[in-house]
Amino acid sequence: MNAPIISVRGLEARYGDSSILRDIDLDIRPHEVSVILGSSGCGKTTLLKNILRLEQPFAGSVKYWGEELTDMHEIRYQEVLKRFGVLFQGSALLNSLPVYDNIAIPLEQHTRLSQRVIDRLVREKLHLVRLDGAIYHLPSELSGGMKKRAALARAIVLDPEILFCDEPTSGLDPLTALALDELLLDLKSKLDMTIVVVTHELASIQRLADRIFFIDNGALIFSGTPAEAQKAGLDTIDHFFEAGRFD
Amino acid sequence: MAGIRFDKGTLYLEGDFTLKELDNAASEIPRIFRRNKVATVDPGGISKLDSAGAALWEEILLLAEHTEGTTVLPARPEIQAVIEQFRSRQDKQTEPPVEQGWLEQIGAAALRGWQSGRIAIQLAADIFYWAFVGVFRRGGQRKGSLSQQCVFLGLDALPIVALLSFVIGFIIALQAGVQMKAYSAGIFLADVMSFALIREFSPLFTAIILAGRSGSAITAEIATMKVSEEIDALRMMALDPVRYVVVPKFHAVSLMMPILVAFSILAAELGSLLIAVGYLELDLGVYLQRSLMVLEPSELLVTFAKSVVFAWLIVIIAAHQGFQVQGGAEGVGRATTRSVVASILAIIVADAIFSLVYL
Repeated sequence: MNAPIISVRGLEARYGDSSILRDIDLDIRPHEVSVILGSSGCGKTTLLKNILRLEQPFAGSVKYWGEELTDMHEIRYQEVLKRFGVLFQGSALLNSLPVYDNIAIPLEQHTRLSQRVIDRLVREKLHLVRLDGAIYHLPSELSGGMKKRAALARAIVLDPEILFCDEPTSGLDPLTALALDELLLDLKSKLDMTIVVVTHELASIQRLADRIFFIDNGALIFSGTPAEAQKAGLDTIDHFFEAGRFD
Repeated sequence: MAGIRFDKGTLYLEGDFTLKELDNAASEIPRIFRRNKVATVDPGGISKLDSAGAALWEEILLLAEHTEGTTVLPARPEIQAVIEQFRSRQDKQTEPPVEQGWLEQIGAAALRGWQSGRIAIQLAADIFYWAFVGVFRRGGQRKGSLSQQCVFLGLDALPIVALLSFVIGFIIALQAGVQMKAYSAGIFLADVMSFALIREFSPLFTAIILAGRSGSAITAEIATMKVSEEIDALRMMALDPVRYVVVPKFHAVSLMMPILVAFSILAAELGSLLIAVGYLELDLGVYLQRSLMVLEPSELLVTFAKSVVFAWLIVIIAAHQGFQVQGGAEGVGRATTRSVVASILAIIVADAIFSLVYL
């Protein structure tokens, strides 16, 4: 089995006195789509934020290729971040800048590429997410699905090693959600990315997941393939899949 | 309609116990319990009941519990089912958080103040560090952001600063002029106004206008970026939000504040000049000569240094409040208000310190 690209051990997260995550152990394997799932409020997004160091874990360790992330020096951490792409739940595009500038920022700030090459790369990535027509639009002029795609273009503009997606299809209609999921699979195959998706959308899980991590009430209750999850015989997981079934 | 009938010690509940029909019953039932000896409550006549009716029924049970010898008869099964449905929900209610005592509240406020102050000092150190480094290394900031901020924070503020300074200069000169004219000391208006405007009023008013106009805008922008995860997105793009968002504003106000103060002095002097020439009938040449006479380069240096310190305070406080925002749109509004109030307070305190040091 491949060595994990991200390895989480004994992770605990708290807000004040209340415990959000307890004793989380998980391994993200390279070139796989790992889906972190669970019901609303179970701590999925908190887990993602703790892995990315947007929030500091109360206890435990998060390693990137065996290197501890939680207490990594800021300069080294900035270097690591350049290998990560993050798609936020609310897209998080910079509202004052057009789509083009939003996508060009990482290239302008972290590379010494000429403006012509940057321009070519931005257009390439926008083409990849099928958003060529909106290049000079402001985020406020885009629909929810278009914002997600623009944010995805920004997240992959530096060809990251890992792409983290927080609820990429939430609030989207089934067709747009399908298109976005297919886009993620397309990116995985074309750019050979490792993808981590946080979601509770069953359709997305079925389409994307190579491996799933099921969080319930702040604890990791299952990790394995979707097929293994169906056979695990855990009531919470069975109810979760049963509730989302549409016959 | 909900009907209540009290007859020979029995309280009869009849009709629809629903939200629309309950007004009278809700106030009448406690009154009956207070004034009479209720031996039996008979809900057998209730034909319909909703959540409001169920809540009133809970109240009736409570009243019956506190009245000695009251028997409550069962309701019809279909009505009892509705009561049970809502009762089971009420049983699961969590208790509201216990309110802190005044001593704990003071302690919590002091702790929050200490933490907030510590974060503000860290932020100020970050801003100064990146502002200094940023002069030599342009990376980590967007191209054109400095000129854009200079236009927004400086040039766009010029008309309002000039207008208000002109009006304030006019008013102060008029009030002072009236008193001075009474003592035939009108000629000293030039000295007074020149000294007061340059030393105190222009830098102070400009800073207060900038705190209200630009400080609030900076806080609102950063707070909105925080709420909409844009700050997190910058972090994840390996960009320092302080360097990327705050430092261009810091550089811009540092450059533009002395220019704004200079324009404020000119506009206020113009307002004062109108009073001097129009009301006190002073000679224009003499007024200008006396105005310039009191000006010393060191005075101007202190004024501009002071104005730059005010500008730094505005940006640091505005950024601090923006980054500290919690909640959604309401949080942004609260942070913006706090930013303006704290900035004005800090400016006045700093001005007092300057006045004491450079008396």
